[in-house]
Amino acid sequence: MTGIQLSPVKESSPRHNIHESFGRKSSGRIPAGLTATAVIIIAMMLFIILGNIVLNGVGVIDWKFLSHPPENGMEGGGIFPAIFGTVALVLLMTIAVVPVGVLTAIYLHEYTSPHSKVTRLIRMAINNLAGVPSIVFGLFGLGFFIGFVGNGIDTLFYADEGPVWGQPAIIWASLTLSVLTLPVVIVATEEALRTIPREIKDASLALGATKLQTIIKVVIPNSLPGILTGAILAISRGAGEVAPIMFTGAAYYLPYLPQKLNDQFMELGYHIYVMATQSPDIEATKPILYGTVLVLLLLTFMLNFSAIIIRSKMRSKNAH
Amino acid sequence: MRKLQFRGKSKLFELVGEKIISITAFAALISVFLIFLFIFKESIPIFTDSEIKQEASVDKMLFKQEYYEGRQPRFSWQPNSDVPKYSILPLFIGSFKAALIAMLFAVPLAVGAAIFSAEFASRRLREFVKPIIELLAGIPSVVLGFFSLIVLATFLQDVFGFTFRLNAINAGIVLGLAVIPIVFTMAEDAMTSVPGSLRDAALALGANRWQVSLTVVLPAALPGIAAGITLGFGRAIGETMIVLMASGNAAIISGSFVDSIRTISATIAAELAEVVFGGAHYSVLFFLGTLLFILTFVLNWIGDYATNALKLKYQGRVK
Repeated sequence: MTGIQLSPVKESSPRHNIHESFGRKSSGRIPAGLTATAVIIIAMMLFIILGNIVLNGVGVIDWKFLSHPPENGMEGGGIFPAIFGTVALVLLMTIAVVPVGVLTAIYLHEYTSPHSKVTRLIRMAINNLAGVPSIVFGLFGLGFFIGFVGNGIDTLFYADEGPVWGQPAIIWASLTLSVLTLPVVIVATEEALRTIPREIKDASLALGATKLQTIIKVVIPNSLPGILTGAILAISRGAGEVAPIMFTGAAYYLPYLPQKLNDQFMELGYHIYVMATQSPDIEATKPILYGTVLVLLLLTFMLNFSAIIIRSKMRSKNAH
Repeated sequence: MRKLQFRGKSKLFELVGEKIISITAFAALISVFLIFLFIFKESIPIFTDSEIKQEASVDKMLFKQEYYEGRQPRFSWQPNSDVPKYSILPLFIGSFKAALIAMLFAVPLAVGAAIFSAEFASRRLREFVKPIIELLAGIPSVVLGFFSLIVLATFLQDVFGFTFRLNAINAGIVLGLAVIPIVFTMAEDAMTSVPGSLRDAALALGANRWQVSLTVVLPAALPGIAAGITLGFGRAIGETMIVLMASGNAAIISGSFVDSIRTISATIAAELAEVVFGGAHYSVLFFLGTLLFILTFVLNWIGDYATNALKLKYQGRVK
């Protein structure tokens, strides 16, 4: 009964003092304003960054810029090889990461109980993978894909030639990125799997379909928007990463486009890094630099935006 | 008979399919294991190879100081000089300095914005806050690094007259921008997952909205916010492109925030392309990578632990 006696507690409680000092009418208006200021500061910084890039970059982008290779040591021409390399890189990455990510999510959601030891272990691994610094992925790609896998293939099949696979190449860069983006695909697919109503799966099982048939014919088709979202977010993430591809395949400048899986390639993010830090005349490079940054930003934002749209459609569909 | 045969076939199909799925599911686990294995493997010569140990043993990387006449002894990282010097202390101090500035800058803004979004914002305002954070999270770190290097560094130097254009403050602020989305998302999640019954109880006792936030919701969500800060710190320590481009990359030990710094991650990125395969420098860089991996692994584990503790506490709520 003592707990209900409010007044003596109120008298001595420090909460009471806070209450008094704000007064009833203005309750919380000042602190609400303070937290709103945080939002405004963040929004302003975002606005300044985006505004600066758009204003300086928009005049540079035209058809020639998008379709021609660099000229005059990066001070003229376009960025077509970098766009081509980025697209090829993320396509290869998607092919590698989506099946693995989707199957992992299906296993976690359909085949094991969420509290089993195996599930917890895999989940811990996924969380950790998401937190590994991107430069560590670069080291991993160099040590594992190039040093171990690539060199291994060379000693087995190309013993008397120079390095064929044991060198930086687009295949190793994209595989490195696929390990990095694996958590993104798993998380997005799992979210979609969670929205599939139990009744649909039960109905399929009741009609005599096996578990695997249910997964192939019911679960995967119903979670396609989620899988697509995961793939898009992975591409957006992969297209923006530079540190993992620096030693695994990206090149400063190449006179040709990558033709084979073991060719090196140019990439937008790496192109930005090289132009910004190693240009002999930064003022002359600046317009092209801004144009490249804007292209990369537009690419990642369009991808993220479409992922948001698909996801919100998926959610509203399931809300009914 | 035909029906039976079909069943037999489908059973095999079932079995193979299940095996493929369950084996694939271990890809993430195997990846984490392989990452550690292959990075650590390349750094083993530091512990075993006598030639490399003379240049760079763990002891030397931590404690060896350089003596010059008439100057104070100091720890130096000069892997390319005639007598290579591999003291990793300046790099650690650089990484922590950058991360500290980033957190000082990011945490108040991110937590403030999270409180606003979870506690005060109307639905329509929240629809305005979330896309801002999502946009910020979508900016590739090389673009943030570019902005810091080309625009912010010049601006800060003009305004404050820094001796070095590229310095810890300049890198730390932009690093903070990369950290804000992580801290915001985790803090906001934690606050919205505090059960409504707790709020209602406090309101019923006569507290106003701010009091409810400050004395009920915030303490209840604290483990989640702490987890967000931990993960954000891990991201700040590991982030590469921003510090590589904006920090000046000079390995100096100093307490000043306006000196240039060289971080662990930027050192790996800048030097790995030019090292001799299998040499001392190569092994030291992989050793730095191993340390970075272990550091973020531990931070992630702590963050995970705090998040799970919070979930367990309010498990009545189905996500």
